[in-house]
Amino acid sequence: MSAPELLERRSVISGIGQSDVGRRLGRGELDLTVDACLAAIADAGLRREDIDGLATFPGAGVGTGGFAGPSTPEVQDALRLRLNWHDGGLEGPGQLRAVFAACLAVAAGLARHVLVYRTVTESSAQGEGHRQGIGGGGGAGRGVPRFSGVMQWTLPYGAVSAANWLAWIAQRRMYEYGLTREQLAWIALNGRANAARNPKALYRQPMSLVDYLAARMISTPLCLFDCDAPCDGSTAVVVSHVDYAPDTPRTACHVNAIGTALRGRPSWDQFDDMTTFSARDAAASMWERTELRPSDVDVAELYDGFSILTMVWLEELGLCGKGESGPFVEGGRRIALDGPMPLNTSGGQLSAGRLHGFGMLHEACVQLRGEGGARQVPSAPEVAAVAAGGGPIAGCMLLTRGPS
Amino acid sequence: MTRSPQDATARGPAVRVLPRLDDANRFFWTSGEDGRLRFLRCSACRRYVHPPVPRCPYCLEATLVPEEVSGRGVVHSFTVNHQQWIPGSDPYVIGLVTIAEQDDVRLTTNLVDCAPDDVGIGMVVDVTFEQAEDIWLPLFRPAPSP
Repeated sequence: MSAPELLERRSVISGIGQSDVGRRLGRGELDLTVDACLAAIADAGLRREDIDGLATFPGAGVGTGGFAGPSTPEVQDALRLRLNWHDGGLEGPGQLRAVFAACLAVAAGLARHVLVYRTVTESSAQGEGHRQGIGGGGGAGRGVPRFSGVMQWTLPYGAVSAANWLAWIAQRRMYEYGLTREQLAWIALNGRANAARNPKALYRQPMSLVDYLAARMISTPLCLFDCDAPCDGSTAVVVSHVDYAPDTPRTACHVNAIGTALRGRPSWDQFDDMTTFSARDAAASMWERTELRPSDVDVAELYDGFSILTMVWLEELGLCGKGESGPFVEGGRRIALDGPMPLNTSGGQLSAGRLHGFGMLHEACVQLRGEGGARQVPSAPEVAAVAAGGGPIAGCMLLTRGPS
Repeated sequence: MTRSPQDATARGPAVRVLPRLDDANRFFWTSGEDGRLRFLRCSACRRYVHPPVPRCPYCLEATLVPEEVSGRGVVHSFTVNHQQWIPGSDPYVIGLVTIAEQDDVRLTTNLVDCAPDDVGIGMVVDVTFEQAEDIWLPLFRPAPSP
């Protein structure tokens, strides 16, 4: 029996687009989304009449203020798209699930050009007080709603944020591997150095190790600079059938493999390996679907919603040895733009803004296309690794400049 | 919020957001009324199961019964929270504790009666309960030295 065809290879990213990105832009989420979508469609050399698929993560009505972005029906109507396929949802292998779904829809012939977007207005929501804490101060629980479901196991203890749960990962990695804050700092410092070369980045002023170590604690050992920065912005890509690749005005980025597995228990406190979480499974399943090897990766855009997640991805993707991400990133030389493993070249979410995984995907395409300008990796990368999420949900993919 | 004697660390957040009791979780959240910690246990394969589910996820038998455990555990990881997610909170220690009876059953909890600097992974701890309305929250404190 022959090996099954890797259907994601029937898809390419034919176009990319991004709205303005910033703090409290004061623009609506649909407004930003339409900007990003029109930019991506034009970049792909298409007209909106060509778009026959639409997907997003996570879709309307999920999470706190400014998190979800507009629903696919809202965007369909705003652009008067005629769709053969559409999809939005939270559950799946992380933020990239919408992209993976689009790749498979294209491969299955359900659509030919799928517009995929992710929009956040968390900075504006924060300014309007829609991202407040719990409880409002005082009292002993009276008047505070009670919780069912998975949150009942953590909320009573004030374990309310991914910052708390990821702090556990960092602490455990310090215990098992000897990770230090001085090493972890380099994810933030590297991001800030790259952000200085990215005109759209939120934070571009230089940051030193002293600055990092002086930042206030959020949840030990994670400080303020280990946590990404809420922003307003929308990112869109067009996922097209590979047949269209020769006709794209810009270089098409070929999807080589996607990683979607979840093999451990899907919760923050019961996952079997607290040092990896599901990045382990997503990465393993991706490498099972390609002849490429970790040594082939030329540039890595690895989710940094929290700095520690990037460390986990580096190891689980095999871009450095198990437990060795601390020494690997320390000093920043190996992960710099001109180093052997350029990492988070736009500044990542820590410095360029929390575009929630889609910023990483956008930047991978920018780098493969050679359009990074001042932040372009000089070695003309041909293979990019993209990862988003971590914790109980994670997804990753390999993109190549040419066909597989 | 009562403070532990050693330092300015609280026993938990300023407001305890409490679970809503239902038929599946009531035994767990009220177990501490008699000072004992209980988990569902499979009558067939004898594994403990947490959080509660209708059928044993190991052997798929359907008979799960709450059973008392020793209340002893080991700190698998921890963090000292400083951020004001819950306004008015002093720093508090969020622990992840593995129960002594089975290494894949863990509880998110607060570590109390111990200065944050003295908390460490691998520390042996014992359950202690904090009552809030009709709920008995399992917290953990350092076990007495042998």
